[in-house]
Amino acid sequence: MRISTKDWFKSGTPWVWLNAGAVSISVIMVVGLLALIAVRGLEHFWPASVVEADLLAQDGSRRVIAGEIVQTEDVSAIQLIASGVKLPADVEFAKRYLLKVGNRDVTGSDFAWALERTMENPRYPENMVVFERREWGNFYGYLEAVKKDGNIIATGDEAVTQLTELMERVLDIHDDIYAIEKGEIGSINHGIERLRLKERGLELDGYTKDTAPQKFAEIAAKRAEFDAQYEDIQARLANLYQQFSRDSLVASTVDGHQVEIDLGKVVRFYQPNQMGLTEKVGFYFAKLWEFVADDPREANTEGGIFPAIYGTVLMVLLMSVFVTPFGVVAAVYLREYAKQGVLTRTIRIAVNNLAGVPSIVYGVFGLGFFIYFLGDEIDSLFFREAMPSPTFGTPGLLWASLTLALLTVPVVIVATEEGLSRIPRSVREGSLALGATKFETLWRIIIPMSSPAMMTGLILAVARAAGEVAPLMLVGVVKLAPSLPLDGNYPFLHLDQKFMHLGFHIYDVGFQSPNVEAARPLVYATALLLVMVIGALNLASVAIRNRLREKYKALEV
Amino acid sequence: MSQQQAEQSTDLSGIDFSDSKFARRRRARALKDKAATGGIAVGGITVIIAIVLIFFYLLAEVLPLFEGASMERESGYSVPLHQTAGETLFLTMEEQAEMALRITDQGQAVFFATATGDVVEQTQLPVPDGAQVTSLAAAERASHLLAIGFSDGSALLLKHKYKITYPNDQRHIEPIIEYPYGTEPMVVDDMGGALTKLSLRDDENAMLLAAVKADGELAAVRFTKEEDFISEEIVLESEILTFPVTPKSVVDVAVSIDQRWLFATDSDNGLTVFTLQNEPEVHSQIELTDGPKVTRLEFLLGGISLLVGDETGSISQWFLVRDGQQGWQLEFIRDFDALPGAVQHIEPEHRRKGFVAVDDQGDLSIYNSTARRTVYSEAISEQAIAKVGISPRANALLVEDDQGQMHFWRIYNEHPEISWSSLWQKVWYESYPEPDYIWQSSASTNDFEPKMSLMPLTFGTLKAAFYAMLLAAPLAICGAIYTAHFMASGMRRKIKPLIELMEALPTVILGFLAGLWLAPFVETHLPGIFSLLILMPIGILLMSFVWTQLPSRIRHLVPEGWIAALLIPIVIAVGWVSINMSGPLENAFFGGDMRSWLGDSLGISFDQRNAMVVGLAMGFAVIPTIFSIAEDAIFSVPKHLSNGSLALGATPWQTLTRVVLLTASPGIFSALMIGFGRAVGETMIVLMATGNTPIMDWNIFEGMRTLAANIAVEMPESEVGSTHFRVLFLAALVLFMFTFMVNTAAEIVRQRLRKRYGSL
Repeated sequence: MRISTKDWFKSGTPWVWLNAGAVSISVIMVVGLLALIAVRGLEHFWPASVVEADLLAQDGSRRVIAGEIVQTEDVSAIQLIASGVKLPADVEFAKRYLLKVGNRDVTGSDFAWALERTMENPRYPENMVVFERREWGNFYGYLEAVKKDGNIIATGDEAVTQLTELMERVLDIHDDIYAIEKGEIGSINHGIERLRLKERGLELDGYTKDTAPQKFAEIAAKRAEFDAQYEDIQARLANLYQQFSRDSLVASTVDGHQVEIDLGKVVRFYQPNQMGLTEKVGFYFAKLWEFVADDPREANTEGGIFPAIYGTVLMVLLMSVFVTPFGVVAAVYLREYAKQGVLTRTIRIAVNNLAGVPSIVYGVFGLGFFIYFLGDEIDSLFFREAMPSPTFGTPGLLWASLTLALLTVPVVIVATEEGLSRIPRSVREGSLALGATKFETLWRIIIPMSSPAMMTGLILAVARAAGEVAPLMLVGVVKLAPSLPLDGNYPFLHLDQKFMHLGFHIYDVGFQSPNVEAARPLVYATALLLVMVIGALNLASVAIRNRLREKYKALEV
Repeated sequence: MSQQQAEQSTDLSGIDFSDSKFARRRRARALKDKAATGGIAVGGITVIIAIVLIFFYLLAEVLPLFEGASMERESGYSVPLHQTAGETLFLTMEEQAEMALRITDQGQAVFFATATGDVVEQTQLPVPDGAQVTSLAAAERASHLLAIGFSDGSALLLKHKYKITYPNDQRHIEPIIEYPYGTEPMVVDDMGGALTKLSLRDDENAMLLAAVKADGELAAVRFTKEEDFISEEIVLESEILTFPVTPKSVVDVAVSIDQRWLFATDSDNGLTVFTLQNEPEVHSQIELTDGPKVTRLEFLLGGISLLVGDETGSISQWFLVRDGQQGWQLEFIRDFDALPGAVQHIEPEHRRKGFVAVDDQGDLSIYNSTARRTVYSEAISEQAIAKVGISPRANALLVEDDQGQMHFWRIYNEHPEISWSSLWQKVWYESYPEPDYIWQSSASTNDFEPKMSLMPLTFGTLKAAFYAMLLAAPLAICGAIYTAHFMASGMRRKIKPLIELMEALPTVILGFLAGLWLAPFVETHLPGIFSLLILMPIGILLMSFVWTQLPSRIRHLVPEGWIAALLIPIVIAVGWVSINMSGPLENAFFGGDMRSWLGDSLGISFDQRNAMVVGLAMGFAVIPTIFSIAEDAIFSVPKHLSNGSLALGATPWQTLTRVVLLTASPGIFSALMIGFGRAVGETMIVLMATGNTPIMDWNIFEGMRTLAANIAVEMPESEVGSTHFRVLFLAALVLFMFTFMVNTAAEIVRQRLRKRYGSL
């Protein structure tokens, strides 16, 4: 059936289609965004091939350049000519690559733009090596020789096999050093600090070395013990460090600079141009594991995000401990105990609306009330010995989780109330008719029945808390925390400590980092991780909610 | 049920429920029930109170901003050494306000304890033989530098200093008088006329002393400072300035901080502005008042603003404003609440743009110039007040009345800089050409005038929310209409959770993508983005038309309610084409670079992180909120309404616009409100996707700073309890109240709607 344009317009069909278009656009935006994060986040760990080419400069001279292609774009010739590039007249667009060239210590920057037309004779040399270093970023070039105690022990092809062996040894030493520095020295420092505070506490209580010699002697003895241990560890460390920097390698950049790199400074090396698919996959997962399980390096732009994951999880767990009982009790009170009148309705609307109050407002409240008011009070009551440096009067884990608990308590209240209201009257009345008291009905019947709703509320709260950054910036996150908030040193859980957080990590690395370009892939990967965690939590809550609905559908019949 | 029956049945089963064991158990259960009731009530109410506490806490932090100052008289005594040392010319205090300095017309410096009036030290200043002290001038109060003018045309410079030591853990203050330029007086007037008024300015390079002589003429001397290379001593080179003859006799004189301008008042209330670039020249002349006699001329902190007090008690502020053609012009800026009597003395605060003024009837007022606020006004004395001295922290005041009594007052004046007008109205800040809204909360120098107008931030907030709604409102509502009314239920079950899932997406991720991916993308594909806006509806309509023209056999392959799926490839294709067209379009119409074309041809400046990027990213963040609520509202319109309409022959579109949308409109409205509330409070996206510059401009290609982002940026650096800190709390309170009210209104609308559906 053919219809005229007029009739077509009259029928309203075009408008329906436009509305349908809005849905399509929304869906594409949602899916596209997730895909963008996923692709950008996951591609970073793939060992990209390193291209080498002769770069033709403006004046006709050539130099060799090598790097990974990280971005490709078409640039209009007009813009290029305006910026002083010579181009033939018939060219309208030129392809331009962003190369990660590394070698920051030699060239001064990690990245370089190159026009495709100026890159002559592109090639992928098999013996190209990429060194990941602990400082100065990646090194791209050729391995020339391996040195042991300053003497060359291998050159050429043999050097690679030698290097593989030596690297294993160095990485083992690195692990040892790490364990000593983080673990043993950390706990000694912690112990010495506790002794100092104890001594200061005694002084504040009015004791002096004359009035309570025994107490001070005890502290001095313990301190001497720690000092002795420390001496011992220092000696071991010095030895390890000597071992650590025994070997080195000599590598040359593609344009001929020779660089000697301490093996201790190398994290790993690989030859991407001769890796097979299985090798690449293996490498990919090793890098992925490093990302979730390691500490960050080089001002958070390399390495892993383990402390941020740890901090986020711990903070969210603490928050759950605070928010669940209070949220549930408030909901039970509002629904089961409070008189249902205008006041209760008003409170309900108010609680509901608090979920819409900007999160930064909670941050301001947390900073003012928890930290500057409560924290200062606590400090002056219990932590006088640490003064003037504040213990709880400064942003920290406890205040962050309390602030987020306050932020998410409306979510838990609303979800629990919904669950409570779904329980049919007949169930309650049945229980009461059998002689149970109100509390028994609540405890034995209603709470178990509405527990999935509480779960939903808690999961939603956790999802919201995990993604919230604005209030945390005021009440406790830092870009780099020296130690984890939960460790082996007494009192194990350090509620006063600042912590790292995935969301803040994204903000910090993406916007406050000195080398944003190099850090960008890592930010995408962090974002992907966060999206996955929050997505999973939300899907779980949806699933629980659906199951709950099914359950009560049966009851209502 | 009767008790008898119950007892019978218990007898039958052999259990006695009235047994004490059971009674105990029952009591325990009842007790437990009661305890639980109490516990839950207490717990529930505590949580609710804790939530309410947020509001009251924010309010409590903000309220001190609007409280006035208060003063408390601590002690009073007769002026120390009043009889022997002479009349007070100048009163000042040291940092802690424990010790004060009185300089007298007999050339005596008397240091005394502020609490008791006990003299600590008395120093005779080196007055030249045969000369009398005739005047005194203070440079910037914080510099502690004073100049004393003598009757022989010379002046002496001195500095008062305080050395603080802690012998036996007790604070001990030792006053010192220093003569930084020697004890030899400096010649200001080489004719030797008495200096009746004096003005002093001193900086690293030059010093200027200006004076009014007894005959009403001006005299001034300029010293340029040069460092001697060998001894590293500062050598002064003096230069006597000669003034053009003034027709009227000069009464008072003041020199601006940069030593470029000299202001002289005459007996007819006129003020003459001299430039001092080279030789003094008359720059302009103005009338300060239209009648009342000017009684006082004083600089505000910073040496830019002149305060003029007259005999009717009114006080006005003037400063030089850059004028288009004529260069500089002394402008009337604002006036302050008048004192009842003639202004006797104006004393500027040392660290804020505030001042204290007293009159000849014993009234005292404390003002702040930026806020144009009178923070305190009281008749504190029966007598006329002769002199006042204020402590550097502006927390104490010495008042000397003309009966020889000295009064020591404490001032509690924490936040004078804030008033309704300084927050929400245009303020004429020092050195600005006109009144303006400005947010600039801190600077490096001490005499900085804080500019805390919340208008640019509120404007930025609304701008960001507006552009976000521009994207989100049509997309979300159209999407909700289609999903709720036309879409097949199988598809709806998948689409709705998918879009709602986005509500949980952390905004930090959206902000990061907006700042690092979208902003550069938009910048390089600007023509593509605009062509997308035009091509997208056209493409969809075209597809729609083509589809209706297709043979029904093909059309029936796709069931009704699935056209959204059909459109997905079209949308992608149109998007791809538009973005790829971007480069050629730019070459063809915008000279290869739309950014510079915008700037050159239209005069529109372009920031990479601009309102458009924020609008796109934040629009994305509020789409799910609006979509979800609007969809619920449309979907829950009772089906018999739309069925009735369809049965009467209306097309689905007519049914939608005339029946469904009308019924659901309150719900859609509340969806928009809640979405708007969310956009207003969003922090991370704005923080990351704009340049955070507090400007007021609707230009879509420029950034903004919002209230929320401002809090996130400035709160960590703000000093606890300071005015800035409390203003940030105020910003939080404004956000809180705004979103709370918007959400409550939306919620009430929704509840009404629900009731109406119930009745249908």
